[in-house]
Amino acid sequence: MTKSELIDVLAAGQNHLAYKDVELAVRCILDNMSNALASGERIEIRGFGSFSLHYRPPRIGRNPKTGEAVSLSGKYVPHFKPGKELRDRVNQAYQEELMAAEEEPAKVRERLVSTA
Amino acid sequence: MALTKAEMAEHLFEVLGLNKREAKDMVEMFFEEIRAALERGEQVKLSGFGNFDLRAKKERPGRNPKTGEEIPITARRVVTFRPGQKLKSRVEAYAGPKP
Repeated sequence: MTKSELIDVLAAGQNHLAYKDVELAVRCILDNMSNALASGERIEIRGFGSFSLHYRPPRIGRNPKTGEAVSLSGKYVPHFKPGKELRDRVNQAYQEELMAAEEEPAKVRERLVSTA
Repeated sequence: MALTKAEMAEHLFEVLGLNKREAKDMVEMFFEEIRAALERGEQVKLSGFGNFDLRAKKERPGRNPKTGEEIPITARRVVTFRPGQKLKSRVEAYAGPKP
């Protein structure tokens, strides 16, 4: 699902707002989240997950073309930790897929036997 | 201090003039639709922000941290987030306190 597909689903799922407003709202939410992280603030969404910054200490890197050593300063990177509800729902759906896949060969065998 | 759904709704109210109900519902549905897509096994790509990817993990040996008892961690699907270039460079520029 892309951002524009997300906007489509959100617009179709309600009847208060014009498509244009939903588009603006999604952009506004994402800007709000990016701005928070860019200023060092965490994001906590219960049931979805939390975003925080992880520190990467300074290190000596290498220019892959020349092999020359370059010192890289420490930096922050965004990190996402999925919340319990998200983890459980994603995994539950996966377990159901796995079980359905396991059932397939048995069904095929059954059909083969019955038509033999 | 952390950004929460309530503050995001407040922001929609202030910036876009959505009423409080619409703003609250919009934030709620935003996260719910992302969850639903991931639950269907669909990757979610939010350009400029990042991608939520799905990875299948094989079963691996684990341990009950309390009892030390060995128990396998079953095969599962997990969500990972890969920040986009724009978000990464904005966060990189943040010169906060070094931990």
